[in-house]
Amino acid sequence: MSGATWVWGAVASPFLEFAFMRRALVATLALSLSAAPLGVFLTLRRMSLLGDALSHAILPGVAIGFMVSGLSLTAMALGGAIAGLVVAGLAGAVSRFTVLQEDASLAALYLVALALGVTLIARHGTQLDVLHILFGSALGVDNSGLLLVAGVATVSVLALALMYRGLVLETFDPVFMSAHRRSLPPWVWQQGFLVLVVFNLVAGFQTLGTLMAVGLMMLPAVSARLWHATLPAQLLNASVQAALAGVAGLLLSYHLDTPSGPTIIACAGGLYAASLLLAPGGGLARWRSGTRPVP
Amino acid sequence: MTRLPATSQRPPALVVQDLSVRYRQQLALHQVSGHFAQGSLTAVIGANGAGKSTLLKCLAGLVMPERHSRITRAPGLRMAYLPQHSELDRHFPLEVRDCVLMGLWERTGAWGSATSGLLAQVEAALATVGLQGLERRVVGSLSSGQLQRALFARLLVLDADIILLDEPFNAVDRHTTATLLGCVQQWHRQGRTVIAVLHDDAQVLAHFPHTLVLAGECVAWGPTAAALAHAHEARAA
Repeated sequence: MSGATWVWGAVASPFLEFAFMRRALVATLALSLSAAPLGVFLTLRRMSLLGDALSHAILPGVAIGFMVSGLSLTAMALGGAIAGLVVAGLAGAVSRFTVLQEDASLAALYLVALALGVTLIARHGTQLDVLHILFGSALGVDNSGLLLVAGVATVSVLALALMYRGLVLETFDPVFMSAHRRSLPPWVWQQGFLVLVVFNLVAGFQTLGTLMAVGLMMLPAVSARLWHATLPAQLLNASVQAALAGVAGLLLSYHLDTPSGPTIIACAGGLYAASLLLAPGGGLARWRSGTRPVP
Repeated sequence: MTRLPATSQRPPALVVQDLSVRYRQQLALHQVSGHFAQGSLTAVIGANGAGKSTLLKCLAGLVMPERHSRITRAPGLRMAYLPQHSELDRHFPLEVRDCVLMGLWERTGAWGSATSGLLAQVEAALATVGLQGLERRVVGSLSSGQLQRALFARLLVLDADIILLDEPFNAVDRHTTATLLGCVQQWHRQGRTVIAVLHDDAQVLAHFPHTLVLAGECVAWGPTAAALAHAHEARAA
């Protein structure tokens, strides 16, 4: 067997032969397009932990949806979205109206949410359900799941395009924005952005699981920042890295028979490690030139 | 751009009555009253913690004063505010030109497009502060002085009637200070109202006709020579 045929067989045939692989591929690519750019904004706003907290915060909501109607995607997604929005609103209110350290209260919040969610699911379901919700099953995405992911991705890419200027300004120089008011108050941009993050995490829990959804959002975002000095390039790079990790992860999980979500995140982790070494802002380039990295 | 010269018929740009501000139960400003005439150029001086930055934040609407305090802005006047530059994210992946373009925010908003006329203003502002050729640099790669020049270019683009500057010449070299001081004087000639927090008495005496001396409350407010003299007397007494 020639090399080309072997590569064709390893890379293309799983997707050509199996519908569930094609659905998983489309879901992962859609998620890469919408979630990874949001991750770039999260890291720029120094809110990496908030992404983590929100991904845990949707868990009790998913669990309550599960208790009400079993492994029904609609109920679990709705529950997750409501729980996530409540926590996003709370986090915004806490940082606006109190002097509490946001990261400390968030850390407390997500530990409680994780414990509550796992307890609820385990009490009313099986060990397998817990694993399914925590770590997802990209290979089990059905048509309604695909519609949810594609719908969320479409809405959030369009919304991000509409919010882009305001969000960039509010992230770069919030004082400037509050001092030079337009019709919308500045907190609208932050809360609108957090709503998008919640929707993407809810879409991600089906394919990657709640614990892993934040990984596809944050890992490509962090490594994209090492490659480029300007924001549009970083956003694009993050999406490309997420898509690469998605395709590679799905193929690896198919051939090695490993769970898909964690494999995809492991691939994103591999790209992150490679970026740390090879990117212009990474370790090797800095070590060679002895200069400051591209910020 | 030509503007009407300051005349006594025009109402003051900003009137401050009984302005008191509390920061975490601590009184930062106590019953400051007075006014900034339209077209006036005022320096705000005082020791650290005297309430200078608090006053500017109040005027910019970023800090709420106590309930009985009143700040009145002459109708139709637009305001610009430049904080001490520790307050923005210097590592944000943004090009200098985009940073200056943000000065159009009040006019374009989130969705309006920048017309060629507005873009020409941006180019002109970059040239005025001496940043031509650096438009495509990332803000994080600028020196403190260059960043301050970019922020002044943004102020030029804002085209405001009242301009509040909080320690604008801190951490910048003498050459940059001269350029930026040139901008301030240009604004003054155009009849805009400028209020700047400063440290350097000699600079204030040379370039700023009016001075407000703060020490938690108003120590002196008026023509610079008289205000500085009064402040020295108050300190000696």
